[in-house]
Amino acid sequence: MLATKTLDVQKIRSEFPVLAQTMSGKPLVYLDNAASTQKPLAVIERMHRFLSSEYANIHRGVYSLSQEATRFVDEAREKCRAFLNAESASEIVFVRGATEAINVAAFSYGGKYVREGDEVLVSEMEHHSNIVPWQRLCEENKARLRVIPVSDRGELDMAAFQNKLLNPRTRIVAITHVSNALGTLNPVGEITRIAHKAGALVLVDGAQSAPHLKIDVRAMDCDFFCFSGHKVYGPTGIGVLYAKKKHLEAMDPYQYGGDMIESVTFEKTTYAKPPAKFEAGTPAIAEIIGLGAAIDYLNSLGLEAIAQYEHHLLEKATEALLEIRDLTLIGQARQKASLISFVLAGIHPHDVGTVLNEEGIAVRAGHHCAQPLMKRFGVPATTRASFAFYNTEAEIEALVEGIQRVRKLFK
Amino acid sequence: MNTQAVRLDELYQEVILDHNRNPRNYAKLTEATSVAHGVNPLCGDHFDIYLVKEGALVKKVAFEGDGCAISKASASMMTQAVQGKSAQEASALKDHFIGLLTEPAPSPAHREGVGRLKFFEGVRNFPIRVKCATLAWRALEEALKGTEKQVSTE
Repeated sequence: MLATKTLDVQKIRSEFPVLAQTMSGKPLVYLDNAASTQKPLAVIERMHRFLSSEYANIHRGVYSLSQEATRFVDEAREKCRAFLNAESASEIVFVRGATEAINVAAFSYGGKYVREGDEVLVSEMEHHSNIVPWQRLCEENKARLRVIPVSDRGELDMAAFQNKLLNPRTRIVAITHVSNALGTLNPVGEITRIAHKAGALVLVDGAQSAPHLKIDVRAMDCDFFCFSGHKVYGPTGIGVLYAKKKHLEAMDPYQYGGDMIESVTFEKTTYAKPPAKFEAGTPAIAEIIGLGAAIDYLNSLGLEAIAQYEHHLLEKATEALLEIRDLTLIGQARQKASLISFVLAGIHPHDVGTVLNEEGIAVRAGHHCAQPLMKRFGVPATTRASFAFYNTEAEIEALVEGIQRVRKLFK
Repeated sequence: MNTQAVRLDELYQEVILDHNRNPRNYAKLTEATSVAHGVNPLCGDHFDIYLVKEGALVKKVAFEGDGCAISKASASMMTQAVQGKSAQEASALKDHFIGLLTEPAPSPAHREGVGRLKFFEGVRNFPIRVKCATLAWRALEEALKGTEKQVSTE
């Protein structure tokens, strides 16, 4: 095997203009990458070029500008296919983000195939976006939402999943690949294998995994996979729903209108084939092209090199934070992506976040849209530091110093 | 001291830290004549405010719940400030407190009106935290009306 190339982090940092600024008069230490990632010049400039000199609506245009724009969108779809290792670009549906992707799967697939008395399985560590659509679906279709518990360590209770919860009535298992609040990396391949044996389909929420790991939907064998553009260094307002072709064909459209039809009369409309069937209206063209540029950028760094460096940051940060008195890590799974959730005894995460902000450090403080998980761990909220490949060991030191400052203030 | 340290000291004054550590009137009042629930859905902070009213008099106030130092200290100091006041006085104090933090310019009338609660003026420099400081007061507003309901910052 070829040795993984190492990242030139200083050079990478120079490619992210946002990182050069100060916040509260201190150099910005951006550790909120799980919420959203900063944008490299490659993405900014690609979108700028498209909007400045290449812009036109896509499809149907017989003029060159429109044909070129259509080609750029097709190319971006192909980049997304390769990024996920999907079989066909027609399995890549452009949506607004992971939230919309889950809604499409829940209502266009689930709405049609989840019946009264059926069951949908989610886990205790899901983001609200992978709970609420399924909850609503179950209310509408008189199905039952069941929950895979999480251990103290922050790992899925696989025995409960396999032996207690999964049964012939389970239609869909919707599970996050990486927890946004704990960092836990879930064994989604194994979950899919087990679920398929019981006849259930699997949706993998990849919002937090796609930025960190090489994704292979065919190896995973999941039925649905989704991610958001803005979390993989691309623009907001664009994301991807991957679904196996047979499911996209079996599902109803999500929205109705232009671009998703084959033919329209006042008596009857026939729909276009996937993915167009799910892409009514003019899409976020510039954002799609920006997402394509982001994927190119990640590939130029190498996803293996990214994973390796981020794992190094995770280990350093975990080691350093564990030495801080009164600090408890929430989520110590054996397999984790590069994010750390913690609580400081007697100090509310918002106060931690406010003091860190004064040090120029951007972290997230709150329930991370995972209120059931917070309840599970008996905390109202946590402080979360999430790392990207442009973060440095010096920034981890700044975080540790900032936390010491918090402790001193609240002692 | 640098500007950041000054800003932080103005936000987290000793009296605020003290009320955060040892909140006053932190209890559930079973004899409450009205209860209001204040919640900030963005951060999950939530408090129950219990009032015992006797005619127009706010005889007793207590609170229970979870939140940051600012919201908890604010709730704690609020209970002390309105206890023994008439509902009208309590409501006026509430208007001064919310006005002091939310009006575009700090007003001398509100500053005078809030009395010792002026400690909270430093929160003005942290717009995102204003909702923390006003949460308990917004719940009090509902409790004073005597209607049992939930108030939300959003």
